[in-house]
Amino acid sequence: MTDRARPSYWHGEKAASDRPTGSRGRKLDIFLQLTLNGLAVGCIYGLVALGFVLIYKATELVNFAQGDLLMLGAFVCYMAVVWWGLDYWLSFLIAVLAVAAFGALLDAVLLRRVIGQPQFAVVMLTIGLGAVFRTFASVTWGSEIYTLPTPFGGVTRIAGVTISHQYLSIIVGTLILCSVLYGFFNHTRIGVAMQATSQNQLAAYYMGIPVKRIFSMIWAISAGVATAAGVLLAPVTLIDINMGLAVALKAFAAAVLGGFGSIPGALVGGIVIGLIELYAGATLPDGFKDTAPYIVLLVMLVVRPQGLFGTPGRKKV
Amino acid sequence: MRFPFKTSYEQDTRLFRDRIDASWYVLLAALVVLLPAVLPAYYVGETTWVFIYAITGVSLMVLVGYTGLVSLGHAAFLGIGAYAHAFFIEHGVPWVVSAAMAVTLATACGLVVGLPALRMTGIYLAIATLAFSVIIQEVFSRWESVTHGLSGMAVPKAHIFGVSFGGETAFYYLCLFFLVLALWLTRNLLRAPTGRAWIAIRDSEIAAQSMGVNLAIYKSIAFAYSAGLMGLAGVLFAHKIAFLAPDIFTILLSIQLLLLVIVGGLGSLHGAVFGAIFVALLPPVIAILRDSIPASFHDFSAASGLAPIGWFGDAIGNFLKKPGVEAGIFGVILVLVILLEPLGMYGRWVKIRIFFSTFPMYKRATFKRQRSYMKTERLR
Amino acid sequence: MTFFQADNISINFGGIRAVDGVSFQVTKGEVFTVIGPNGAGKTTIFNLVSRFYDPTEGRLVFEDNDITKVPSYRIAALGIARTFQNIELFEHATLLQNLLLARHAHKRSNFFSELLFLPSVRRLEVEHREAVEKVIDFLDLQQYRDSFIVNLPYGVRKVTELARALCTDPKLLLLDEPSSGLNVEETDDMAFWIQDIKNLLGITVLMVEHDMKLVSAVSDRVLALNYGRPLAMGTVQEVQAHPEVIRAYLGG
Ligand SMILES: Nc1ncnc2c1ncn2[C@@H]1O[C@H](COP(=O)(O)OP(=O)(O)OP(=O)(O)O)[C@@H](O)[C@H]1O
Ligand SMILES: [Mg+2]
Repeated sequence: MTDRARPSYWHGEKAASDRPTGSRGRKLDIFLQLTLNGLAVGCIYGLVALGFVLIYKATELVNFAQGDLLMLGAFVCYMAVVWWGLDYWLSFLIAVLAVAAFGALLDAVLLRRVIGQPQFAVVMLTIGLGAVFRTFASVTWGSEIYTLPTPFGGVTRIAGVTISHQYLSIIVGTLILCSVLYGFFNHTRIGVAMQATSQNQLAAYYMGIPVKRIFSMIWAISAGVATAAGVLLAPVTLIDINMGLAVALKAFAAAVLGGFGSIPGALVGGIVIGLIELYAGATLPDGFKDTAPYIVLLVMLVVRPQGLFGTPGRKKV
Repeated sequence: MRFPFKTSYEQDTRLFRDRIDASWYVLLAALVVLLPAVLPAYYVGETTWVFIYAITGVSLMVLVGYTGLVSLGHAAFLGIGAYAHAFFIEHGVPWVVSAAMAVTLATACGLVVGLPALRMTGIYLAIATLAFSVIIQEVFSRWESVTHGLSGMAVPKAHIFGVSFGGETAFYYLCLFFLVLALWLTRNLLRAPTGRAWIAIRDSEIAAQSMGVNLAIYKSIAFAYSAGLMGLAGVLFAHKIAFLAPDIFTILLSIQLLLLVIVGGLGSLHGAVFGAIFVALLPPVIAILRDSIPASFHDFSAASGLAPIGWFGDAIGNFLKKPGVEAGIFGVILVLVILLEPLGMYGRWVKIRIFFSTFPMYKRATFKRQRSYMKTERLR
Repeated sequence: MTFFQADNISINFGGIRAVDGVSFQVTKGEVFTVIGPNGAGKTTIFNLVSRFYDPTEGRLVFEDNDITKVPSYRIAALGIARTFQNIELFEHATLLQNLLLARHAHKRSNFFSELLFLPSVRRLEVEHREAVEKVIDFLDLQQYRDSFIVNLPYGVRKVTELARALCTDPKLLLLDEPSSGLNVEETDDMAFWIQDIKNLLGITVLMVEHDMKLVSAVSDRVLALNYGRPLAMGTVQEVQAHPEVIRAYLGG
């Protein structure tokens, strides 16, 4: 299922076509707004890509179900807000914790067993898991589209540029999340242990780091980040069982664009894909909005097969 | 256990191991040929799907199972074959020429995609092919003068040299013919240097290279050949489904095709056929269960006087009726196969055969794979 | 005529100079061994000869031809074969398939004749098979012919690597630590085979080895390396007695 099967949610091109064009100021305004929305969308892609990369660096598994974890997270948050009537922020926290715990459980029960199997088998395993999650969601919540009420309804106008709080919240949320993760990985014992494990499992194990537990924690963090992305994204795309798949495919492109395995690459790749998507949607003929990111990706891979930040590698013999 | 007595090197290049093997295949062939005579038309049609899926399975087996290159976008080649054939037929091109041109076009596209893919490995290649298939799908829906875009394209029944292959039985034999052809050609390649070069690339690119294998050429051949077979499957697919629309050839179809080769068993042509049987027959089986489970459970509860059994049957029936359940069932099976039987259905079949042929001496460790935790596919 | 010559070759990996101005000549028919502590750059020299890496400086010559720019898949056809330190076999194929693949450099059939498996292809297959069977007899691998590599013990795999290299019909054979991981008996077998390869098959051997007993049993000349630089060259005794070599091994 590509994104075309889903209605177009990003408001970029609509905002562009609603306005009469002509004066230079207007054009600049539209451009800035597109950029802002593109950044926001890109942040989401970047966050999901970050989840891929964290897991990949540590365990060498490629988790195709990342998008579906995002979807599950958004649904849990929706349940907490709408069904149980909890506060938005509390629900946010509950969703992140619940899905993080689920991620750790997945690792402990399933994925730990396939470490060392060919990469392809693992990719297919997580694709299968993703399908199971989607079916679970459709049986539990049905195939309707849900709207998550959030505190970010309004808009702010700065120098003629309209900034929607929804998009702003995504960007700010991503910044906060990234700085928290940065601090965690560099300034806590456990974060440093995670980095060590990612660099050399065996050495880390000999140094007395509990490698298995570290893997589960990394899964938890990735699942938590995906949930945060899902909740931030929910007001923009609305919640339905396929919301994760569309995002995950673009996020995958983002992670590869950045060079699979590089954390800054994932974030930069996400933002590049997000911006391309919105600019292409606004300026190019129909159909390019969804394909332009992939065209750019293909061209990039032909020119630089290891991605933007990746290092060309080759097996040592 | 049977040890064939070998008297010449040529024996190892034959299609079948020995007389006994060959006679099993003759029996199988007879069965498949006679099947339409005894089966109702509906089931003949479903079996035709098995043949078409089996061709796609052979195609992916060459690429994924033998060469070790993963494509997440092979549905695009199926689509290219199907649309090209439908377009040529619509413009009055004779069937054989049209099919040949469609296959050629798919092969050429495979070559074009394969070229940049040569420098990529693993996940990069998977995503690159995915990107290609997203773009092709957009082309299908936008290039209206050829594909009729989102409104779809009707495909007439097959007419070859004035003979109609419109009936279920005739089309069954047509697909069977092409499947056997595909299997034969592929088997030929696999017992010749090209097939060995593919296997070498799969298991160690670096050693293959130092033994004289030009990676670029053999990867391109694998890509092109695989795409060509997909195109052939597409030709038959177009007739079978009778109506082409862009949203058939999505990544979900590509994934289903990969599922086929994994469930069947990577690295064997038998696996492609086993997987096809599974993928083609699971949906009708689910449909049958959906209708028959509640009814039979009710019968049973009426007979035994236990009402909960009837409710249980209803619950299962309702669950199976929910949208998206089929994908979930595929997902569960995929997960279970990878966890429990990474060698797929064919691997299981071989194990069972060896169990019986070595009977009291069978040891489970025969198939214990060595621990591979030290192996890394990541290039630091 | 120069049989094989490495002329002042060097390569950098980032900051590391893994091979630093190494020159040596191998004469036809000898066993030439490269020794040195771990990380000295021995395997890297092999990788340069196999053309996996481009040297930063220097030249490689084989039978009077400059092979510094030849693509790596052509090397086998020129007559240079190699084994790998950490076994690089085709694990999910049978031993026979592994050896037949080594005949790839001598392949004469084209894609379309293989597609139809024409009689000519069948004939060529039998020819390759005959060549392979000679090697199987030479190294006593008959009983493993149809086994998958994954199911073979380490010692047999090591021999299979050697067999695969021999199946390419090489003139120069590169052996990267042929005895590593083998027990004493298997190492002795290996020594005999290397001598037979030299004396019976007339193949020149360029070898990397740590086991000094094996080295002194088979080598005609030895080159000692440390940190990518040559320390000493000569007979086994000369090199073993060289003060720099002793210092490199004892860590002075
Ligand atoms: N592809 C590469 N990238 C970066 N560094 C490399 C690469 N290949 C080798 N090196 C470095 O070059 C140096 C020499 O390595 P090499 O493998 O040649 O050692 P060696 O002499 O074969 O040692 P050993 O006896 O352990 O096999 C080492 O420091 C190694 O880390
Ligand atoms: Mg070495």
